[in-house]
Amino acid sequence: MNGQIELLVGTKKGAFILEADADRRSWQLRGPFCETWPIHDLSRGSEGTLYAGGGSEWYGPAVWRSHDGGATWAPSSEGLTYGDDEPKITTVWSVTPVNGTVYAGVEPAGLFRSEDGGTTWRHVAGLREHPSCPEWQPGNGGLCLHSIVAHPTDEQRMWVGISAVGTFETADGGRTWATRNRGVRADFMPGPPPEFGQCVHKLGLHSADPETLYQQNHCGVYRSDDGGRQWTDITPGLPSQFGFPLVVHPHDPATIYVIPLNGDDRGRHMIDGSAAVWRSRDRGQSWQRLTSGLPQQGAYLGVLREAMTVDPLEPAGIYFGTSTGQVFASADEGENWTLAADYLPPIWSLEAAVVER
Amino acid sequence: MATVHLPRSLVTLFAEPPPRRLQLDATDLADLIGQLDGRWPGMRDRVCEPGPQLREHINVFVDGRRQRDLKWPLEAASEVHIIPAVAGG
Repeated sequence: MNGQIELLVGTKKGAFILEADADRRSWQLRGPFCETWPIHDLSRGSEGTLYAGGGSEWYGPAVWRSHDGGATWAPSSEGLTYGDDEPKITTVWSVTPVNGTVYAGVEPAGLFRSEDGGTTWRHVAGLREHPSCPEWQPGNGGLCLHSIVAHPTDEQRMWVGISAVGTFETADGGRTWATRNRGVRADFMPGPPPEFGQCVHKLGLHSADPETLYQQNHCGVYRSDDGGRQWTDITPGLPSQFGFPLVVHPHDPATIYVIPLNGDDRGRHMIDGSAAVWRSRDRGQSWQRLTSGLPQQGAYLGVLREAMTVDPLEPAGIYFGTSTGQVFASADEGENWTLAADYLPPIWSLEAAVVER
Repeated sequence: MATVHLPRSLVTLFAEPPPRRLQLDATDLADLIGQLDGRWPGMRDRVCEPGPQLREHINVFVDGRRQRDLKWPLEAASEVHIIPAVAGG
């Protein structure tokens, strides 16, 4: 590969970029970018544009764009509004380029799209027109739309995940949406699992098997084999049902990674202060604990929903960032880990990309 | 013309940053912000939120007094300071 691996890092205090050669041993840090605004998510469009979504305590929500590899950035929020008499958008949680269109998930939960590379935005109103919307209630992390998962071949289909509300799917390009939460528990609500209100933390899908969805939920890890219509609990074998991120292996739809934390009411950090990533190579039927190179004592690390990513190399690289500013990297699919960066602000997101030079 | 003072954290958001101090012939605060937005597109979104109203943590002082009403009139000698509130952590 004549290129570099680039890790886009979103933090509470701006965006950063970590770069390494394909061996992924030595990392160089650039930043902070985006005027140190809180950045929830970054991504790289196919044309090379970098996008960063976030929100300023003073200046409101925006999607930042860079056309020069991160050297300069400009924010825009034109059209990023529900209207003068509607709820105010506080921040952007997710920014996802899909075939020339850029999607943004915001708080309070809603979906926007841009057809001009993030300069102007248009509300995908159908989602908030779902009859359940008046009953959406924020969780501890707010009422955020954090996961945007596009079907790889059918442009009309897309799934989104909303914290404390659940998963929705559209099959008509965003005009109408259906709940996709059957089989997912909501332990924090009385009675049987409701149609919506489940607290999805992260959705994952592999482009080679687009009917198989995975999710890390507040109440377990789940797999769906039918595009989200029915979910199966694949938590057994994991030490905790609670965690935030989930990623799918870039070349194997059966392999997924999660980071179980010690519980929603117990601090939400690595179990017993021992850092571990858990991997399943069989669609969640069994799990392996991966710890080589990770701190095993006194490591009360937290990892948030956007803060794990994979790169597309062979073998695949796996990365996660912590709420205490460390980035851990594995260049061999999670077998061995090294510390790629430390002393960063609290990390909210990681995104990996290959950059050809 | 009214004199407008802009904070560092606002002007740095623009590829061609406005000066920290400039003069505008504006009838009220809304007119002033509109003129700023015309010269530096996106400025209104940074200072105002839907309503429209000033963002919660953006303070505007006219001749030393904090004003929240976008219809607040300006005079030729008005001094307008746009200052981010103490916020964040």
